[in-house]
Amino acid sequence: MDISYIILIPIIPLVVFLLLGIFNQKIKPGISGYVGVFGLLASTTLSFYAAYQYFFVYGKVDGVFQTFSEKTVWMNFTDTLHIDMGILVDPISVMMLVVVSVVSLMVHMYSRGYMKGDEGYTKFFAFLSLFTFSMYGLVLATNLFQIYIFWELVGVSSYLLIGYYYTKTAAIAAAKKAFIVTRFADFGFLIGILIIGFYTGTFDFETLNNPEGSVILNWAATSFMGLSVITWALILIFIGGAGKSAMFPLHIWLPDAMEGPTPVSALIHAATMVVAGVFLVARLFPMFYFVEDGFALNIVAYVGAFSALFAAIIAITQTDIKRVLAFSTMSQLGYMMLALGVSGYEGHEGVGYMASMFHLFTHAMFKALLFLGAGSVIHAVHSNYLKDMGGLRKYMPITNITFLIAALAIAGVPPLAGFWSKDEILVAAFEHNKLIYYVGVFVAGLTAFYMFRIYFGIFWGKERTYDHKPKESPLSMTLPLIVLAFLSVTAGFIPFSEFVTADKAGFEAHLNYPLAAVATGVGLIGIVLAWIFYKNENSLSDRYAKAFGPLYKWASDKFYFDEIYMFVAKKILFKRVSEPIAKFDKKYVDGTMVGIGNKTVLTSKKIKGIQSGKVQDYAFAFIAGVVVLALVFIYLWPN
Amino acid sequence: MIQGISIYEILTVTTVLFFIGVYGFLTRKNLISMLISVELILNASVVNFVVINKYLYPDMLQGAVYAIFIIAVAAAETALAISIIINLYRQINSVEVKDTEVMKH
Amino acid sequence: MERILFYILALIIVIFAIAAVSSRKMLRSVIYLLFVLCSIAGLYFLIDYNFLAAIQLTVYAGGIIVLIIFSVLLVHHIELELELAKPLKQIITALACLVGIGVILTTIYSYDFKVIENDTAITTADVGSKLLSYDQGGFILPFEVISVVLLAAMIGAIIIAKGKQVEKHENKRIE
Repeated sequence: MDISYIILIPIIPLVVFLLLGIFNQKIKPGISGYVGVFGLLASTTLSFYAAYQYFFVYGKVDGVFQTFSEKTVWMNFTDTLHIDMGILVDPISVMMLVVVSVVSLMVHMYSRGYMKGDEGYTKFFAFLSLFTFSMYGLVLATNLFQIYIFWELVGVSSYLLIGYYYTKTAAIAAAKKAFIVTRFADFGFLIGILIIGFYTGTFDFETLNNPEGSVILNWAATSFMGLSVITWALILIFIGGAGKSAMFPLHIWLPDAMEGPTPVSALIHAATMVVAGVFLVARLFPMFYFVEDGFALNIVAYVGAFSALFAAIIAITQTDIKRVLAFSTMSQLGYMMLALGVSGYEGHEGVGYMASMFHLFTHAMFKALLFLGAGSVIHAVHSNYLKDMGGLRKYMPITNITFLIAALAIAGVPPLAGFWSKDEILVAAFEHNKLIYYVGVFVAGLTAFYMFRIYFGIFWGKERTYDHKPKESPLSMTLPLIVLAFLSVTAGFIPFSEFVTADKAGFEAHLNYPLAAVATGVGLIGIVLAWIFYKNENSLSDRYAKAFGPLYKWASDKFYFDEIYMFVAKKILFKRVSEPIAKFDKKYVDGTMVGIGNKTVLTSKKIKGIQSGKVQDYAFAFIAGVVVLALVFIYLWPN
Repeated sequence: MIQGISIYEILTVTTVLFFIGVYGFLTRKNLISMLISVELILNASVVNFVVINKYLYPDMLQGAVYAIFIIAVAAAETALAISIIINLYRQINSVEVKDTEVMKH
Repeated sequence: MERILFYILALIIVIFAIAAVSSRKMLRSVIYLLFVLCSIAGLYFLIDYNFLAAIQLTVYAGGIIVLIIFSVLLVHHIELELELAKPLKQIITALACLVGIGVILTTIYSYDFKVIENDTAITTADVGSKLLSYDQGGFILPFEVISVVLLAAMIGAIIIAKGKQVEKHENKRIE
């Protein structure tokens, strides 16, 4: 299969970014929007073409999807250890291309309406293109180092876009927080990469992931503190992935990241960038699975399950709708992680892997839809808070229906997309680990509950007094909603297990009726509870909140994790470590340098009289010097 | 050869002449006076060249030839110095050293 | 006879040199310089370097001195008394010069010059052929270089001396 045209997919957004970035001031806002959308339309078309070619025209060889790669050596360390640049085409990268393209295209179209009249309109589209380029580069990376480069690039784009409203203090703080927390996690990632490079002598995914390759067979060669070094490296790499995917305890940046414009939240903090961590684990899945009998994979499973539960509980108590969606995202990412964690490798054993990728795919659609719908609502009422919303269904019919579809999809109501992927995840968990299964089912119920809590809160409930009457958003914003709603309904019918599996061979997936019934039932219970609590404004929710008392307060303050981090950072790190060092630096290191400078100035002030600028003074010094030298060389130091 | 006069005596005279020139160069406050002192210094060295040629290497002409070169260079130098002094006088109406510190800044 | 002549010349040289650098009247010090230069020409006559003596008289006494006198007359008032350096500076400079004289004289007197007794007198023809010879030891190249230097100096002197008066506003800017 000829894959060289795939390089164009990331190149087009890069060119668009450069164009919009360089001619930022020269381009009229209307044009820059079209440039962004049409550039991405080209990339999307190519992505779909690539997917069609890969899955249907080329198809399987000997029952297995082949992996294609094209690369050039970029930096050469040893014969085997070198950093390449190139593109890698296999089922998950093709799937990610489609996901990124679709969501990014929808967000681009939506932003044309949402950002209308904003001062930095062109800049916004330039950043969106930069992000899209980086994300394409990330999913197409051929080796650990290349993925790391693009990993940091998406981090930068995320930073730029969270801090887009840079006059708002909260936005700047959120941008810094997101950057620093993910950077901290990426430090683990980098160390993991270096360990792998040192002990295996290669960064290349194809070599690393080969189940019969030397890396996986020789994992036990070196051990450190009771575990194989490769396991340590994988755990460190997972820390990087956890930082990007907002896994507990590195999740604190994601809710704050909602300070960015809503389309950005939809694109970066719901559908694409945050799944990079999941993608990373999936990309290295054979290593995670085979090395040390999946020790690192178990960690992934438990961290994922805990994050899913933890975030879902917090989501129930939040009043800012974007934050509810942010915690929902975190919860669903936890779902994907736990699915990967409970996955096997071959055939139907690998259902968890397939379910994770499937959920990634469907989640991207309906979560982007939820965010864009929320953006549409925020656009209409100019507030993020539930207390300012209510009864909007009359004013915004399209947003209402599409948001309902998305909420049903995430709640797992058949036959919408979320039902299918969530069912597969629960099947995988049920077969592997009952504890994780129960957590999963409980989280499914919570998800349905909090999602319908905000749905009823926004579109039903008591009507508020609005400053000016809310009206439906323009076509540029509703069209992406409709497209994504259509995808949220239909994406579940894609036979994913044929295409994206751990061993790339595919298997026949069947609906497990008892488990599906349980999951659906739990979801419906959640919806009904939300109906009772929030359909009409009543005091029921307040009473229950009181009944839970401190627990409610605890959850609503996100279990005080921000405060704990602040305490550790400010009271311990800054006060005990940084400040003494800073003091030392200021007093002694700086002091020495400043002292040298001051002494030089003083000395020069004193001796600058010598440089009088008078020829005769210089001549006198010259003659006197000659005489002195003559005396020295003739009498004091002959020969 | 000067009858009854050794090379030491002639060199003594030129040395004294040289340092008189140096003294003048350092103490005079006037550009033309400094030029005069420079002429004294140059002449002292020319006489040295010639006398050493005559007393130590009478068969050679290098000393004499160099004396001619020095005189030529001295003439060129004087011409330039005088032109600079005249130009300067037109600009600042003075040939005192203390007034010619504009270049310093 | 020659001996006495030399002493007289040496005396004139030293006395008038001192007078030239200490006189407070510009034109007088130029004339004292003229005496010094003429006495040096006399020295050349004494050691039978007639050609050099002639050059000394024509170029120095005839050319340079006249040039200096002209410039003095152009830029100076005859009656103007020159100001002298501060006494302290004079003394310090004089001391430094005396030390210098002492160092050099002791060096000279402690060195044994290999004097060759001779009576050769160089002729103009000798000097001329040496200057224009391009054999080994010939001076044709320095001769040409000196010619170019002289030419350049002449042109430079003319251009500098006829340079325009600096504009008023430029003057201000410099200050």
